[in-house]
Amino acid sequence: MIVVNQLFTGISFGSLLLLIALGLTLIFGQMNVINMAQGELFMFGAYTVYVLQLVMTSAGLSLFLALPVAFVVSGLIGLAMEVLLIRRLYERPLDTLLVTWGVALVLQQLARNIFGATNKQTSAPEWLTGAVTIGEFSFPASRLFILALALGAVLALSLTFKFTPLGRRIRAVVQNRRLAATSGIPTSRVDRTTFFIGCGLAGIAGVALTLLGAIGPTMGQSYIVDAFLVVVVGGIGQLKGTVIMAFAIGMASALIEYQVGPSLAKVLVFIGIVIFLQWRPQGLFSQQTRSLA
Amino acid sequence: MITLHKRSVAASATAITALLLLAACGSTTEEAAPEASATMATEDRCATGDTIPVGLLNSLSGTMAISEVTVRDSLLLAVDEINASGGVLGKQLVPISEDGASDWPTFAEKAQKLISEDKVAATFGGWTSSSRKQMLPVFESAKELLFYPVQYEGLEASPYIFYTGATTNQQIIPALDYLKEEGVKTLYLVGSDYVFPRTANKEIAAYAAANGMEIVGEDYKPLGNTEFSAIVDSIKAAKPDAVFNTLNGDSNVAFWKQYKSAGLDAKTTPVVSVSIAEEEVAAIGPEYLTDQLVSWNYYQTTDTPENAAFVKAYQDKYGADKPTSDPMEAAYTSLYLWKAMAEKAGSCNPEAIKAAADGITFAAPEGLVTIDGANQHIYKTARIGKITDDGQIVEVWNSGEPIKPDPFLEGYDWAAGLSGASPAPSSS
Amino acid sequence: MNTTLQKITSHPLLAKLQSNPYIGRLFRPGPIRTFSGFLVGGILLFLIAPLVLSQFRLELLGKYLAFAIVASGIGLAWGRGGLLTLGQGVFFGIGAYAMAMHLKLSQTPEGQLPDFMQLYGEVESLPSYWVPFQYAWFAIPAIIILPALIAYLVGAMIFRRGVRGAYFAILSQALAAALAIFIVGQQGTTGGTNGLTNLNNFFGYDLDDPVNRKMVYFIIAGILLGVIAITRQLMFSRYGELLVATRDAYQRVRFLGYNPARVLTVAFAVSAAMAGLGGAAFVSIVGAINPASIDVVPSIAFIIGVAVGGRSTLLGPVLGAVGVAWFGTAASEAYPDSWQYIQGGMFILVVAFLPGGLATLPAAFRAIKGKWDDRKPPEIPSMGSGAVQEASA
Repeated sequence: MIVVNQLFTGISFGSLLLLIALGLTLIFGQMNVINMAQGELFMFGAYTVYVLQLVMTSAGLSLFLALPVAFVVSGLIGLAMEVLLIRRLYERPLDTLLVTWGVALVLQQLARNIFGATNKQTSAPEWLTGAVTIGEFSFPASRLFILALALGAVLALSLTFKFTPLGRRIRAVVQNRRLAATSGIPTSRVDRTTFFIGCGLAGIAGVALTLLGAIGPTMGQSYIVDAFLVVVVGGIGQLKGTVIMAFAIGMASALIEYQVGPSLAKVLVFIGIVIFLQWRPQGLFSQQTRSLA
Repeated sequence: MITLHKRSVAASATAITALLLLAACGSTTEEAAPEASATMATEDRCATGDTIPVGLLNSLSGTMAISEVTVRDSLLLAVDEINASGGVLGKQLVPISEDGASDWPTFAEKAQKLISEDKVAATFGGWTSSSRKQMLPVFESAKELLFYPVQYEGLEASPYIFYTGATTNQQIIPALDYLKEEGVKTLYLVGSDYVFPRTANKEIAAYAAANGMEIVGEDYKPLGNTEFSAIVDSIKAAKPDAVFNTLNGDSNVAFWKQYKSAGLDAKTTPVVSVSIAEEEVAAIGPEYLTDQLVSWNYYQTTDTPENAAFVKAYQDKYGADKPTSDPMEAAYTSLYLWKAMAEKAGSCNPEAIKAAADGITFAAPEGLVTIDGANQHIYKTARIGKITDDGQIVEVWNSGEPIKPDPFLEGYDWAAGLSGASPAPSSS
Repeated sequence: MNTTLQKITSHPLLAKLQSNPYIGRLFRPGPIRTFSGFLVGGILLFLIAPLVLSQFRLELLGKYLAFAIVASGIGLAWGRGGLLTLGQGVFFGIGAYAMAMHLKLSQTPEGQLPDFMQLYGEVESLPSYWVPFQYAWFAIPAIIILPALIAYLVGAMIFRRGVRGAYFAILSQALAAALAIFIVGQQGTTGGTNGLTNLNNFFGYDLDDPVNRKMVYFIIAGILLGVIAITRQLMFSRYGELLVATRDAYQRVRFLGYNPARVLTVAFAVSAAMAGLGGAAFVSIVGAINPASIDVVPSIAFIIGVAVGGRSTLLGPVLGAVGVAWFGTAASEAYPDSWQYIQGGMFILVVAFLPGGLATLPAAFRAIKGKWDDRKPPEIPSMGSGAVQEASA
């Protein structure tokens, strides 16, 4: 009984990490940009739900409407970042980390000025607040919804990569930017599109989190360090690696936490990751290249 | 406390360092060392000048701003009211507000600034125990006064702090008494991982052991953590009669959402919370909290004429939709208590105020409060409240009369040996 | 403002001074400039600051100098070695806690537990890892050795496998988060969220006495000058050259027969030792330490001072750390709400548009002017080799 519950807790934590890490790994993989403001885009996604609920009464409808709206809102903020700042820094990937951290600070304060320092509450539709009972086990409906959302996002992304012209162009740029450019692919436009999608995914993750936690100016910070770890151990730009490692870290955190408590769990997970990187320094899956680095 | 008398050595060491550097230039070094050596004297800061500066030290930015800004607003209201009715000792108060920025060392730094740069007569503020612990040595070494307005874990009585929030025997023990009356036999403890929940839970465990209750689970989460599914699962599995919740801040929202989504509510497993006031109810959403219990000394609905006036004055100043809460009321009260003490002593000298403190009363919005000079806490009435679906809290039980503050729980047999700390001044 | 700067830098008197064979040495690299630089620094810190600042502001300056000690090490690891350490709070914290544990034990009467352990009552006797810290001969070296050792081990493990760049930055950040949560969780033996407070016995000197706190300030200022001297020595040594080479051409260094992983590990360990020293200095002047001061956010705050001042220069990180901290206090006293905008804006502006930091402002200014003249892209000096400047104090 308790084992099943712990496993489910791990899976649902993993699905949240996955939802947040998807956008990060997409952007990191293609442009080598570490977007520290991803947590804040995620926060604006959550505020989208709050704003929509101010204008419409149906909790269920507003939640579903929030998914595309948050995707566009966060995507547009990300696009503005790309056009105004990141574009200048593609030669200096480490510096994008600091610049996006600066953006994160500004966005946090902006949220505080627009929405106030106090947490906002949103209501979830009735069918998402209860539990779903399967046999003798019952699972929170909101967690199942997030799991479905994460898997849906992965599916949509991989289908896009495989079957659409945009996906082919993105893959081409990831694999060899120069060759892609010489083949006539407008790499900077592809970059911008990827950035938009990556940031938009953060917005969707933010919508999902309103089902679980508080909406406040600093909410973006709570999952971001873990999500970055997922990207690192999954292998940069590797969808498959990100999915596997998100669930692996989610499960490991939940199970270790159950044994030793949250305080020691973080340290043990970190040690585990450092040891893992001894074995696979480029992450679980890595691009086979002839480069030396 | 070990007293140290190595001052002259230090002074000469300082002077020698300076001298060595100055030797070539040959200017005087006399000012370098002795100038700052005068320890903060306990003068009467109300006697000089036409106005009296008072320090307000609250987090106006960072994670705690959500709560502490309301305390600052409530303090400013009290300053306005006192000034409108003639000030203190015939002088107008000038509030000097500093931002603690939710960062504990910043609290110590700003407290030092208020004392030594702004020369405030007294400082009001602080929220978290951590911020108080950081400020304590600053106020003790300067021998100036801090008024701390929030319920806390007890086991402290600094000679330079006045505690106007509840100590444990005015909030947590009454809540346990209430649960015992209601027939609760098993308790599950959930808290944020810091000093207040851990100390409170230790006391709850001791109480439970002495009163035939059983603790069936005890869990802590780091402040700000929002993953509660594991804890909610364990609560569901343990099936306690009630949950005692000492979570603080953002975690509460996550806890309640996940509590409800696991199918738990006030009917199946009631929760008593000690850090959820009217502000937090609004932020969590009343639908998650309906009929759950809280324990405080004051609610917006508390039925006293003073409270009606307080709520009206507050909402006139800050907006009709702004709720009032226990820490805000305690902060408001603290300023009036300081005024009463200063006027009784005829001075703002901290020592004179401390001497005048015992027995000072004030008809506060929460009811009559009285200062206990022995530990500088105040007598407060305990009130258990139930959260309604419109976000208000209505009282379902009260202690009938103000409870004498007992920060070290000396009046409770079961609490003996709970802590090695002695009731002596906590500085060491 | 730029025109004023230009006026000053192009003033004929300055040019005349620089071309003077004797005075000119003050402006050109060499022992005379180095010596006069340290002399000016010493006079500023030991004479002018105590004379013009009140006791309160002097203690604040002491705190900023503690940050500057950390910044000096970051300048070496990040500016020169390209190691963006987002988790310097870890080593700052280890140094700080080592010092704080010693100070706490030295004010606790013989045979008793420290006050907070009595309060929380989770342990019956002093935990074994506390025991050696009661001896100054252990605690003081531990401030430097412990952080360096841990950085060396972590660095050796991850650099050996070629983990660098963004991977390293993220791992170091995760380490900071993990350590802070760990300390919070062990309340009974570490003080938890509250940390270790009320440290008032500094090796027998009562820190409640302002004179003694002034002495601590002088000690910190002395340590800072020492740290700058060590950093300078390392920067201009053969090792320093190798470090820059590793940053700019990792593989080439390898092919030349050096072990770049070892070069980076040493830089990381040295910067960790300096962070530990800074942490100990911080505890001595502030009298307290808690996990919030060593977490992810303060760790990044260390970086901002270094970036603003000039990451790859000798004095840029130091001046940047003091300047940003000072500015931060001033801004939070005047406009608490807008401090985060200013901080974020500084990150964005400096890193995106002036990556060399303020220390390279004149060079960047000349580059922009040159760009205006012949429309050539500006050469930003910080990332290139050989453009290292020693900003004069």
